[in-house]
Amino acid sequence: MSATLLDKLWSAHEIKRNADGASLLWVDRHLVHEGSHHAFAKLAERGMKVAEPGLTFGVADHYAPTRSRDHIADPDIAKMLDRLEKNTAAHGVQLFGLRDPRQGIVHVLGPEQGLTLPGLLINCGDSHTSTHGAFGALAFGIGATQVAHVLATQTIWQVKPRAMRIVVEGALGPGVTAKDIALHWIAKLGTSGAAGHAVEYAGSAIEALSMEGRMTLCNLSIEGGARFGMIAPDQTTFDYVKARPFAPDGALWDEALADWAGLHSDAEAHFDKEARFDAGEIAPTVTWGTTPEQALPITEAVPDPATLTGARAEAAEAAIAYMGLAPGQKLDGTPVDQVFLGSCTNARIEDLRAAAAILKGRRAKVPGVVSPGSMLVRAQAEGEGLDTVFREAGLDWVASGCSMCVGMNGDLVAAGKRCASSTNRNFRGRQGKGARTHLMSPVMVAAAAVTGTLTDARPLMAGRL
Amino acid sequence: MAGWNTYKGLAVALPRADIDTDQLIPARFMSASRSEGYGQYLMRDLREGDADFPLDRHPEAGALVAGPNFGCGSSREAAVYALVDAGIRVVIAESFADIFAGNAVNNGLLPARVAETDEILAAMGTGTATISVDLDAAELRVNDTRYAFNLPRLWAEKLINGWDDIDLTRAHLDDIAAFRAERATQSAWAWPRQV
Repeated sequence: MSATLLDKLWSAHEIKRNADGASLLWVDRHLVHEGSHHAFAKLAERGMKVAEPGLTFGVADHYAPTRSRDHIADPDIAKMLDRLEKNTAAHGVQLFGLRDPRQGIVHVLGPEQGLTLPGLLINCGDSHTSTHGAFGALAFGIGATQVAHVLATQTIWQVKPRAMRIVVEGALGPGVTAKDIALHWIAKLGTSGAAGHAVEYAGSAIEALSMEGRMTLCNLSIEGGARFGMIAPDQTTFDYVKARPFAPDGALWDEALADWAGLHSDAEAHFDKEARFDAGEIAPTVTWGTTPEQALPITEAVPDPATLTGARAEAAEAAIAYMGLAPGQKLDGTPVDQVFLGSCTNARIEDLRAAAAILKGRRAKVPGVVSPGSMLVRAQAEGEGLDTVFREAGLDWVASGCSMCVGMNGDLVAAGKRCASSTNRNFRGRQGKGARTHLMSPVMVAAAAVTGTLTDARPLMAGRL
Repeated sequence: MAGWNTYKGLAVALPRADIDTDQLIPARFMSASRSEGYGQYLMRDLREGDADFPLDRHPEAGALVAGPNFGCGSSREAAVYALVDAGIRVVIAESFADIFAGNAVNNGLLPARVAETDEILAAMGTGTATISVDLDAAELRVNDTRYAFNLPRLWAEKLINGWDDIDLTRAHLDDIAAFRAERATQSAWAWPRQV
C-alpha cells in the first residue's frame, strides 16, 4: 500500500493506538526552554523524575537577554533563567545556557547541533517546533501538560492528523524567498487553511530550497494552522546534517542514511487535501494586518474592507485601525519606525548574509536590532564581517535569543510604533503592547531599513545577490 | 483534576475571529507561577481601553462564544490557565487551533466546535445567553436551541473523568520499554552521539 511521509514517520513511532484512535508515540528528542517551568512544577508535584534525560535538552532562548548578559537587571527574567538552570540540573538534562557558546534559539540550535535528524519525532513546548520538519522529522509544538507528560514518559498521545500536500513548482524570482512562499500560501488558504492537517511541501521550488529556506517554510506552517510542516529528506538534508556534533557518524551514519532513503511519500500516496502554487507568481510579500493571512505583494495596496464580506471585512477593518493604515494606501512607501532581523523564522546565516548584501555600504534610516539565531551563527557572521555591515549601517548587533519576536526578554516595540520584522507573528501586542508589526523576509527588512519605509527590495538588490 | 459531565451557566459573545494566544494572555505575564492564579491576566490588553468589554460586564460568565480559529498562535498553555482561572469552562467556536484545543482539554476546558456558531453569535448580539452542556451526548443548548459539537471521544472521556495523561500512560510502561528497546537496536542512530 502506498504511504505518505506522514504515514511512515507515524508508524515508526507508534507504540500503540487506543480504541478512540489516539496514538501513543515515542519521542526521540525533547527540547525544553524557560517556559517549561510549569511542566517541571507538575513533575515536582508528583515527585517524578525525567524519564530520558539523555534525550532531553534545555535551551535558554525566550528570556535570553540580548545585551548585558553578565548582569541581568530584571529580576523576573533572571528568575526564569535561573529556574531553567535549576530544573535541568536537578534532572541531569544538558543545558545550552547563557554562558554556553552554542546557546541560541531552540529551533536554530537543534538543527545546528545535529540534534534534529530525519526520521525523528521531536517535541518542544513551542508552536514553531514545526521548523524541524524541514529535515523529514515529525516535529510539533505541545502545551505544558504535554511537556510534563513527555518529561515523565518520553511519549506523547496524539491523534494522527490528515495529510495535506502543498506543491510549489517552478523557480522563485530574484529577491523572493521561502518566507514569501509561506506568506503567499497562508494568504491564499487562510490562517486555518491547514488546521487538522500535517503539511508536506513538495515540488521543484521546494527541492531547490536550502536547508535554511526549508526551515523557514516549515517554521511558518503553524501560522496556516498546520500541526506539522515537513519536507522529504534529500542530499541537501544529508549534506547539512553530516558531521554535526550530535549526529551519528561512522557505521551509524551509514545505517541512518539507509533508513532515511525511504523517507518520502510514495508516488501513489493519498493526500486528503492538496494545494498547488506556481513559484514564478510569488512576489516579495508583506503583512498589512494582524494575522499572517493578511498579507499581500509589496506592490499592492491595503485592501478596502468595503470590498470584502462578512467576518473578513470586519477583521480587515479592525486590523487596519490597529495598524494605523488607510484602505487603499500603497504598501510600498509606508514609513516604518524600526526594523528587527531575528527569530526562529529568519535568523540563520543565510538570512543574515542576504540582509547584509542589501545593507553593505548603506545607512539605515531607522533604528533596528539584528539578533542572530544562535551564538554560533553570530560567530560565523562575525567571521564573515557581516556584523561590521550591520553596525556601519547603524543597526544594533546583539546576542542570540527570541528577542523582539515575542518580547519576553524586554526587547520590545513601543506602542504605536511600526516595525518591519523578519518574525512569524503580527498579532496585536505580539512585539509589545500596541506594537504594529509587518512580517517580511530578511531582504525586505534590510530594504525597509535603507529607505525607512516598506519597500520592494528587488531594485536595491541589483548587482548584489 | 475533577471531571465534569454537565454544565449550566451564562455565555457571553466575543464575536471576533482569530483570537490568538497573545491576546488571551500577553507574553509579559507568563513568568508567574500557576499558584498565583492567571485569571487576572485574561485578555488584559483587549480589556484595557474597552469599558464595555463583555467579560467585564459579566464576570460570572462560564462560557464564551467566539469567532473562528480561536486560540491560534503560541503553544502557551497559560492562555488556557487564564480562561480557566477566570471561571470559563466552555468556549464555543466554529474552529480552534489544534494545540489550543489539546491544552484546553488537559485543563478541563471544553473547546466546543459548533458549525452554527455564526448563528449563535447573530442571535446573541452583544448580549448573553444561558447555555447547558452535556459532554456525554456531545450536545449543548443555547437558550432553547440545541446544537451538536464536535469533540474526539477520547477528549470527552478525559473531561468527564478528569483523566490525567501521565496516569493513563503509566498503564503502558511495559509497551514503552519494549518499543524503546527495539528502537535502540533497529535505529541506534536515533540516539544523540555523546558529545
